[in-house]
Amino acid sequence: MASKPVNRPLSPHLSIWKWGPHMTVSIAHRVTGSGMATVGSILLVAWLASAAAGEEAYGVFRGLFTTADGGLNIVGYVLGIGLTLSFFQHMASGVRHLVLDTGAGYELKRNKMGAQATFAFSILATLAFWAFLTVGK
Amino acid sequence: MRTSIGRVRGLGSAKEGAHHWWTHRLTAGSNLLLMLWFIASIAMLPGYDYATIQSWLSSPWAAVPMALLIVSVFMHFKLGLQVVIEDYSHAESRVVLLVLLNLFVVAAGATAIFSILKLAFAAGAVS
Repeated sequence: MASKPVNRPLSPHLSIWKWGPHMTVSIAHRVTGSGMATVGSILLVAWLASAAAGEEAYGVFRGLFTTADGGLNIVGYVLGIGLTLSFFQHMASGVRHLVLDTGAGYELKRNKMGAQATFAFSILATLAFWAFLTVGK
Repeated sequence: MRTSIGRVRGLGSAKEGAHHWWTHRLTAGSNLLLMLWFIASIAMLPGYDYATIQSWLSSPWAAVPMALLIVSVFMHFKLGLQVVIEDYSHAESRVVLLVLLNLFVVAAGATAIFSILKLAFAAGAVS
């Protein structure tokens, strides 16, 4: 299982391609997924465990992300917006993956449009979610 | 989720990649439904204080999908992080990271489900 590192020449798989939106959306899928799997899952479990532990523990958890008047502090905004943007981006590119799995959407123009659409969706959905939370309620 | 010709030949590097791939897609579908429910529920909650969260999760209509969400999301990110580790980590560190990943997923997932059940069942016992 533990393979010995050998210094064989590598084929130039990254440097020879012109960078396009399909490559950005691919690496964004990994980054957002890995981010939610680590930071997001720890926060989710801490939120549930602190609520299960009782009011005092929940208050400590909540205090990490809120100011004295109950609004979000800078940590709360960075994590909250970061995780919702990650979620909507991962969701959009995940749905795009499911479409690509069927063999559809590989024509150059449609592939590029689909990749760009995931970013448009995630930014708009994040804006809509936070507009609803801060203004709409 | 293997083709019959693939099963007959019994080839492939680890002989189980198709199952990993298919489970990743199935949990992607269930994640889509459960996470949209979760995001919508969080947005609709009247507040985020202890009393609101406790009473929300004491309802089976919240506790059951929440527990399902933990199972689905944790299975999905276990499969995803496994691929990331296999792609970027090599030799001994790869084995260590994969073992740590499995321990983390089971420990964190069990803690989350225990917490949901405690909130759901404690509410019924008190009142």
